[in-house]
Amino acid sequence: MNITSQDDLPSKITPSLFDLFVQFLIIGAISFGGGIIAYERILLVERRKWLTPDEFMAYLAIGQTMPGLNSVNLAVLVGDHLRGVAGAIITTLGLILPGSLFVLGIGLLYANNTDHPLANLILAGIAAAATGLLGAITYRIGEAQWHQIKSLLLIIATFLLMSIAKLSLLLVLLIMAPVALYLYRPRKSK
Amino acid sequence: MNLLIQLALSFALLSLLAVGGGTAVLPEMQTLISQQFGIDHTQFVHIYSFGQLAPGPNMLMVLVIGYQIAGLLGAGVVLISFFLPSSILCFYIGRLWSRFGESPWRRSIQNALEPISIGLMASGVYAVGKASVVSPITLALAIITLYLVLKTKINPVFIILGSGGVGAALIHFLR
Repeated sequence: MNITSQDDLPSKITPSLFDLFVQFLIIGAISFGGGIIAYERILLVERRKWLTPDEFMAYLAIGQTMPGLNSVNLAVLVGDHLRGVAGAIITTLGLILPGSLFVLGIGLLYANNTDHPLANLILAGIAAAATGLLGAITYRIGEAQWHQIKSLLLIIATFLLMSIAKLSLLLVLLIMAPVALYLYRPRKSK
Repeated sequence: MNLLIQLALSFALLSLLAVGGGTAVLPEMQTLISQQFGIDHTQFVHIYSFGQLAPGPNMLMVLVIGYQIAGLLGAGVVLISFFLPSSILCFYIGRLWSRFGESPWRRSIQNALEPISIGLMASGVYAVGKASVVSPITLALAIITLYLVLKTKINPVFIILGSGGVGAALIHFLR
């Protein structure tokens, strides 16, 4: 099927909008338990070869720098790269549609059963586990940072301003971002 | 109508402040919706955990917050205002980027934002932890989950559901 499979041609294969939508819809529907970026990489770089590994890393880096969810930002950038504005809209919709319906379904059940004693017992265990999961994710994302004194100090300062001093997020960012940018400014000698 | 506008403005702001991913705005979101919309911290952790169970980005749980506050219309307003502003920003910045190419500042910005977003995530753990870890049993469940997620390859969805079942049984039989 794929005649030029091993060539490192520039990735300018243009998928149809429908195909693009279906592929992102599948990711949105099967990515239980997180790891969406990994699913996106498998689709874009390995299975369909719509992007080269380098292009993927470049878009991921931009997506991580911009505010918003990394997986959604990546979908926006890749959709635009492949099919322009329509592509960006279609990939984003595909990615968030299944989870939106799922979450709304639970939300409906939740809103109608707030006083159910058994439901509340189960939710107590689920919420505790969700906290543990968030702790684990935070630890893993920060793994490379805990050992560097510069980033560790920034992490601690941000935490203290947010959780202990209880400043607003906007204020925390206005204080921390310039400090961090100064510490990580581009150096002349590479 | 006022409620919907207030909802839209709040979540649009959160969208643009979500540095390093949605989790960074958790503590701010928790404070904001309890002060302005009367969703208490326990409800917030419940809703947050729905997001962890669902496929797709786990911050889709903001839809449930919108639904709780203003029904289906509220869910729609929150969906648009939380996802559209950051996506539009990313779209345009992405186009500028491919025009101007890689600059040393992009790497600097990402390096600088990384520890800030981890600090904010730590605040998120603290915020949801204060509302969910309320007894020795819930503390044990949170720690066991942390351990299992870090040390095994079990899908977190199963761990969370298991914790719900085990937790309910323990709390029920121990009192």
